Amino acid sequence: MYAQMVKSTGKGVKTREEMSEDERAFQDKIDADTKIEPRDWMPEEYRKTLVRQIGQHAHSEIVGQLPEGNWITRAPTLERKMILLAKVQDEAGHGLYLYCAAETLGVSRDDLTEDLLSGKMKYSSIFNYPTLNWADIGAVGWLVDGAAIMNQVPLQRTSYGPYSRAMIRICKEESFHQRQGYDIMMKMAQGSPEQKRMAQDALDRFWYPSLMMFGPSDKDSVHSAQSMAWKIKINTNDELRQKFVDQTVPQAEYLGLSIPDPDLTWNEETGHYDFTEPNWQEFFDVIKGNGPCNTERMNDRTRAWEDGRWVREGLMAHARKKAARTAAE
Amino acid sequence: MSSVSPSAYPDTESEKKPERKEWPLWEIFIRGQHGMSHRHVGSLHAPDAEMAIKNARDVYTRRNEGVSIWAVESRHIAATVPSEKGPLFEPSESKVYRHPTFFDIPDEVGQM
Repeated sequence: MYAQMVKSTGKGVKTREEMSEDERAFQDKIDADTKIEPRDWMPEEYRKTLVRQIGQHAHSEIVGQLPEGNWITRAPTLERKMILLAKVQDEAGHGLYLYCAAETLGVSRDDLTEDLLSGKMKYSSIFNYPTLNWADIGAVGWLVDGAAIMNQVPLQRTSYGPYSRAMIRICKEESFHQRQGYDIMMKMAQGSPEQKRMAQDALDRFWYPSLMMFGPSDKDSVHSAQSMAWKIKINTNDELRQKFVDQTVPQAEYLGLSIPDPDLTWNEETGHYDFTEPNWQEFFDVIKGNGPCNTERMNDRTRAWEDGRWVREGLMAHARKKAARTAAE
Repeated sequence: MSSVSPSAYPDTESEKKPERKEWPLWEIFIRGQHGMSHRHVGSLHAPDAEMAIKNARDVYTRRNEGVSIWAVESRHIAATVPSEKGPLFEPSESKVYRHPTFFDIPDEVGQM
């Protein structure tokens, strides 16, 4: 998922008796699947949780451009380069849809950016892993975008109108991303032994980080209950992770690649695959800032923000000068 | 209390906050195809109208979503107030006779 460990109230879900009249009316709307819109009354914690979640999601789209952008100039063919360029441009667009949804909750774009750069806000742990070779671009599209879709499809039904509409737009475009990734994997898995080895190596490195995208196990997920009552989270982390594994295993089999999990087995009884959980200590370390690329990612974003300052200010000065000239005429 | 608010969003700028340096926010409306009206698709930041339209093309029409774009600065949007929704729309809720099904017309009359 692109939003992990989003804090909500930190308390349990209020019973109807504990709710104020406004809160009861609000919960009734949510239970009836009526969308909440920007100017509607909402509990302050609902607003804050949404800002954290949508903001983290937006930051993930933007930071997520970095590991892929790395390979635009190194793509093996002109066609692959153009496709990757279009995909990375989509990620920028997704970030913008989400920032604009967050802004309807009364935060400014600059504040969100500065909170990312200061480390106050997070982005998905997955983008702190490096993309070492071209096969990684295939694995990112196939697994990372695949995991993102798993999470985003249910979020189209989320209770907050602007967020739901952003998710609908994003989901329409994500499918291209996953397919382009799988297409790269197919080419490599069916290529020379060396190419196939690269594809397997990419799967080996991205498998567990992809499983971590859904966030910690439900038993360690303290903020889920309130978010689910508010319908800003639709499924639990473990439900989505299971769905992702069930969908991905046959796709790996088709490629002739093996999932790096010796204990992965089909469970006839549950109708799902049993699999090994990722190393959660690694996950918490990466979230804390100690992943392989955390520092590099933040340095890149900070440099882009600072180097872009003169452009932002210059264009604004030009716009003001033009407006003043028009007014004088 | 007025039923019109000067903004579509909650108030974000208070007097205490320092003046924002960011580009103004624009609301984007797109005509999906000929014969349809423009529809709100979202917002974006841009220094002026020309850049708002250019950015809107890149952000909201990467897959043939539109044949025409309107951009209007968000601060120029006036909006109804959600809490006044009841009284504001009451006149349309209390006039059932505006709907054709209110009238019973005998079948013998034919199509009407």
